[in-house]
Amino acid sequence: MTKDIFVYVEVQDNKIMDVSLELINKAKELIDSRKDFGFQVVGVLIGNKISNLAAEVIYYGADKVIVCDHADLSLYNTMNYAEIIKGIIKKYNPEIFLYGGTILGRDLAPRVSAKVNTGLTADATSIEFDPNDEFSKELWITRPAFGGNLFATIVCPNHKPQMATVRGNVFEKAIRCENKRGEILEYKYDIITNNAITLVRKIDKIQKKSDITKAKIIVSGGRGMSSNIDLLEETAINLKGEVGASRALIDEGLCPKTIQVGQTGKTVKPIIYLACGISGAVQHTAGMENSEMIIAINTDENAPIFDVADISIVGDASKILHELNTRFK
Amino acid sequence: MNIIVLAKQVPNTTEMKVNKETGTLIRDGIETIINPDDLAGIEAALRIKEKNGAKVTVVTMGPNNAESMLREAYGLGVDETVLVTDKAFAGSDTLATSKILAEAIKNLEYDLIIAGRQAIDGDTAQVGPQIAELLSLPQVSYVEEITDIEEGFITVIKSTETHSFELNVRMPALITTLSELNTARYMNVKDVWESYDKEVKKFNNNDLKLNKEEIGLKGSPTRVKKTFIKAITKKSEKQILNAAKAADVIVEALNPHL
Ligand SMILES: Cc1cc2nc3c(=O)[nH]c(=O)nc-3n(C[C@H](O)[C@H](O)[C@H](O)COP(=O)(O)OP(=O)(O)OC[C@H]3O[C@@H](n4cnc5c(N)ncnc54)[C@H](O)[C@@H]3O)c2cc1C
Ligand SMILES: Nc1ncnc2c1ncn2[C@@H]1O[C@H](COP(=O)(O)O)[C@@H](O)[C@H]1O
Repeated sequence: MTKDIFVYVEVQDNKIMDVSLELINKAKELIDSRKDFGFQVVGVLIGNKISNLAAEVIYYGADKVIVCDHADLSLYNTMNYAEIIKGIIKKYNPEIFLYGGTILGRDLAPRVSAKVNTGLTADATSIEFDPNDEFSKELWITRPAFGGNLFATIVCPNHKPQMATVRGNVFEKAIRCENKRGEILEYKYDIITNNAITLVRKIDKIQKKSDITKAKIIVSGGRGMSSNIDLLEETAINLKGEVGASRALIDEGLCPKTIQVGQTGKTVKPIIYLACGISGAVQHTAGMENSEMIIAINTDENAPIFDVADISIVGDASKILHELNTRFK
Repeated sequence: MNIIVLAKQVPNTTEMKVNKETGTLIRDGIETIINPDDLAGIEAALRIKEKNGAKVTVVTMGPNNAESMLREAYGLGVDETVLVTDKAFAGSDTLATSKILAEAIKNLEYDLIIAGRQAIDGDTAQVGPQIAELLSLPQVSYVEEITDIEEGFITVIKSTETHSFELNVRMPALITTLSELNTARYMNVKDVWESYDKEVKKFNNNDLKLNKEEIGLKGSPTRVKKTFIKAITKKSEKQILNAAKAADVIVEALNPHL
């Protein structure tokens, strides 16, 4: 019998990635929607010197954490990690296995899917049990397809575990609770020394000063702001927020790719998203529509951005930002 | 050295429109292109060929008309092309596709396999890693630079969200490339002319002999339950405002959060 929802807990620089905690909470929600199943949320933690993080996974909602901690696992290696996950799947038979849609997650999950011969749905934007059958364990996983022009709901009826990768900021993480108790299980694994890939050097990326996925306020610009990028920056400083951009500004070379919002950029969920001169193509809104409040400024009253905005202002964004900035002088 | 590049013919999704009544894609008149990440893979292979000498083979799975994409690949200067095509392959999801392509590749010689990171029609980024698993090859996905290639080894740079890694990979191996890796060359007129005389090798399931349970719709663990376009729910009334009034409205909304 397969049961439980497993979540791969990704660690970078000895810190758990937010997306993993978001998935732990999503798994908990799924389980709460089918209490009769008696499923548990199980975190899977793999790496070197990561055991200390297991308690954190529990504080964020996991019932159990399976830990595979080994000195040979300090450099991520797809083959080793996939082999370990296969072992865990064989031993525990999870019904569902979720991964963050990070670069690592999108490297690892497909390898696992081929290894254990099961389906994998990429970039899920919503996950629920079959809404038409309260006894069904079938997951309905929805994702954008064809460049976001269409949404598709994907199922994996005859293979286990049902697997998906999910991007950051799509779901909410739980509030950390130190009173939460859970079980920590050690998973022993004989590492096969695999020297097919060796590290030549690790290059620290120049610490980006901004991380829009964590910003509370985002001042975002589109093609309508292309001759006034500095206005966006000035406004972001005044509002203690970060600058975001539509792909149009990245394609024009006016902004770095790291601040692109949207389907092929970042998914953001700030308290306030101020969209200036952005038309609101589906590929853009896919990355920001879950913001708590969206304020849109556009000269074109028919711009689709107004369909997702909480405050819709028809007007010239440059003039309005300029005026706004004078209020902070 | 033998290099296989996996390339997929995809609709140009920037031009894709949806029929709002039926919720289906309007495919008529949409041009097809070589998937951008794969084009970077072809270019990377051709550069290795120029520098170190290599035979470059482009492999695609698709309908018969994917042959036109392979002619284009000849026009870019690749040495051989293979079209993997059979009615029985239709409807394959990524895992079934990977099984078919992996089986086709077993009939070819290779030191290096290059796939694109992801195809723009599905954006799954799964086929590369799945093929690496099915062929038991080491893999590096999201390669943004090839720094060196020598007898038996390739050195690449890939980045995660926080770091970049330069990795030395023993071949045979599989890498997946980002379109940012390079800029593809133009087709060469002479190569384009000659491309029409060149042979596109074809594999069907009589050649590959895959079990029917493993391929096509039947062999696909995932199913599309439904497709739909997102319903638009208007959330606010539009306000036509001058700059001062607009600034007032924004400041009011921002105030609790500053
Ligand atoms: C596969 C795929 C993936 C994609 N991924 C992304 C993605 O991740 N992120 C993304 O953003 N896009 C993405 N796109 C591109 C997307 O389809 C749009 O082309 C893009 O978002 C448009 O950017 P824009 O709104 O800035 O430009 P435009 O569509 O040109 O809109 C500019 C807007 O500015 C308004 N304007 C002009 N002047 C002013 C002014 N003075 N004041 C106020 N308003 C003004 C205009 O009325 C117009 O609405 C993707 C496309 C594809 C096919
Ligand atoms: N039908 C196909 N034929 C050849 N290569 C493919 C095919 N499907 C996927 N690929 C390769 O796998 C990569 C990832 O595709 P995907 O997993 O669909 O995003 C693509 O960039 C191609 O290199």
